[in-house]
Amino acid sequence: MLAHTFIEGTPETGPAVSSLQAGKPIETAVAGPWRLIWTKFARNKVALVAGVIILALYLIGLFAEFLAPALPDAARPQFTNAPPQELRLFVTEQDGSQRFQLHVTGYTMSVDQVSLRRSYVIDENAVVPIGFLVKGAPYKLWGLFPSDVHLLGPLKSTDTMYLLGTDKLGRDLLSRLIHGTRVSMSIGLIGVAISLCLGVTLGAISGFYGGVVDLVIQRIIEVISSMPTIPLWLGLAAAIPLSWSPLTVYFLITLIVSLFGWTGLAREVRGRFFALRGEDFVTAARLDGSSERRLIFRHIMPSLTSHILAVVTLALPTMIVAETALSFLGIGLKAPVVSWGVLLQDAQNVRTIAGAPWLLMWPAGAVVLTVLAYNFLGDGLRDAADPYES
Amino acid sequence: MLNYVIKRLIYMIPTLFGMSLIAFMIIQLPPGDYLTSMLATMAESGQNVDPAQLEAMRRAYGFDDPIWLQYWKWISGIIFRGDFGYSFEWNRPVADLIWERMGSTLAISIAALLFVWAVSLPIGIYSAMRRHSVGDYAFTFLGFIGLAVPNFIMALALMYFSYKVLGQSVGGLFSPEYVEAPWSWGKFVDLLAHLWIPIIVIGTSGTAALIRILRANLTDELNKPYVVTAKAKGLPEYKAVLKYPVRIALNPFVSAIGWVLPELVSGVTITAIVLNLPTAGPLLLRALISQDMYLAGSFILLMGVLTLFGMLISDILLALLDPRIRFN
Repeated sequence: MLAHTFIEGTPETGPAVSSLQAGKPIETAVAGPWRLIWTKFARNKVALVAGVIILALYLIGLFAEFLAPALPDAARPQFTNAPPQELRLFVTEQDGSQRFQLHVTGYTMSVDQVSLRRSYVIDENAVVPIGFLVKGAPYKLWGLFPSDVHLLGPLKSTDTMYLLGTDKLGRDLLSRLIHGTRVSMSIGLIGVAISLCLGVTLGAISGFYGGVVDLVIQRIIEVISSMPTIPLWLGLAAAIPLSWSPLTVYFLITLIVSLFGWTGLAREVRGRFFALRGEDFVTAARLDGSSERRLIFRHIMPSLTSHILAVVTLALPTMIVAETALSFLGIGLKAPVVSWGVLLQDAQNVRTIAGAPWLLMWPAGAVVLTVLAYNFLGDGLRDAADPYES
Repeated sequence: MLNYVIKRLIYMIPTLFGMSLIAFMIIQLPPGDYLTSMLATMAESGQNVDPAQLEAMRRAYGFDDPIWLQYWKWISGIIFRGDFGYSFEWNRPVADLIWERMGSTLAISIAALLFVWAVSLPIGIYSAMRRHSVGDYAFTFLGFIGLAVPNFIMALALMYFSYKVLGQSVGGLFSPEYVEAPWSWGKFVDLLAHLWIPIIVIGTSGTAALIRILRANLTDELNKPYVVTAKAKGLPEYKAVLKYPVRIALNPFVSAIGWVLPELVSGVTITAIVLNLPTAGPLLLRALISQDMYLAGSFILLMGVLTLFGMLISDILLALLDPRIRFN
């Protein structure tokens, strides 16, 4: 009979990893998966910048009331379709010396003698002084905290400061764009949350059980993904009664958009489940007596969280574009709600765009910037999602 | 091969059924039916409506039937008689209205697909062969822009560009003087002058996606030993690349029909609305806004069927091209 031998001294703790270079432990050798994902992600500078842009856009949406120089609905009928006023730093005094004073150029009105139409042109000499944290139109931040301080605005409240120009009712485009950011960016988030639930649940069921369940779910996915999306969105959005409140319409549009956005996610999750189902650690957990729920949520799901995150990021821009397209066509969100799509509604035909190109340029630019940033961020996340890949 | 095609056709049946359910659901979705809206218009114009007559009409149109019977009447009409229902707004059978519009939708989609192929093939090959060159980066950048700009925004921007720089008024497929004219060389040239904007708008995102796929596939293929061997034995580079690697990397071009086509049809819809092209898009939008649901539902159904057949064709072509698919 063998006698047990006990090793004297402190018991062995810590991971069984030894650093290759003596005295200098390799940090990544003992790092957890999230740490590795972050290291790999941070190396992709483009994705990092894209992430910062997305974050900034959400912050703009969050503090829209404070950041916007004016209220989104404040109309000045005397300044319709006024061009953008240029932001400048120095004022030239009468003696020719330069003095620092943040200001924008003013307007002069000119009347077209043929059509008798009033139009505004930039007057280089007029100076409208502006400043930070000025008192302006009163608002309630998030509908809760009353305030009247705006980040940037004209020092005299009767002056105009239209950094991006105005629309056909004389409303400040910059303020509307900032308020639109809140609606457009949040639609993507809520929509993706809904399709995340649908996609992960159905994908997990499909991939975990296989067989008939899988076949049925796969057929459903095939039907949905082979329908051209825009006609389908149009069909569903057109059924929303005109009399419903803007908030209800907002949620219904989100629902419609997400109802067809989950298929890609479900496919991804299903594929991962198929691959992971036969892995040793899953078999071990099963033999240990784990319930199916525990198997799915405790053992399999954590190893695909990073992949889900990447797919979700790539799905978000589709939702934002969907809302923009529907609103642009007039069957999505409607005034008084302000979203990028609602803003683009003003730029429907060439004549309007030719007269006031800023109405197309800025909202369209915002959409494109967002979609680009999401795509780069999603690509970066996808590349970093599996840190153990070579 | 025949077995494969038959199996593929049988697989299509449940998908078609699902699509018809979705289209029928969209038809049924708006509250009320045609008679309620007719009643409202008649009451507005001060006409009296006889309740008995209304009841008779309800029965004649089958509005009180259970939902599955209504579905059966609708779908059997389409399958057996080509009867898509009645457009209440146009006062004509839907079948009269849709075919011409679906034809032009299909034509523009195919033209866009050809554009996608024609542009992405040379650029994809170039990008794979000259990886990380200035040209490659330029195309990658353009590709990202192409993927990021939504169709309708690009249509608006090109319209503005064409109006401002070229002084050409866009919209529609023909200049006014050619719309009713018979086909001639002048009409054809005029068509081309109008067609480039929708084709570019619709095709750009598909092109960008396909370039990325082709570049990745071809890069994998170019690193394989047989290409190295071919180059080592002195084959000119264009031959060593075009003869085998490109042919293998071409598979996604064929399978692309499957996933590019829904995107193209979708893109044609919204682009046509912006540019006012005589395709299904503007008519669909109008039908939806005036709740002319049989017309709208038929369009949605037919667009779905169109893409499904596109996928079928792509699968069959792929099976012809690649024996691995046929035998699995």
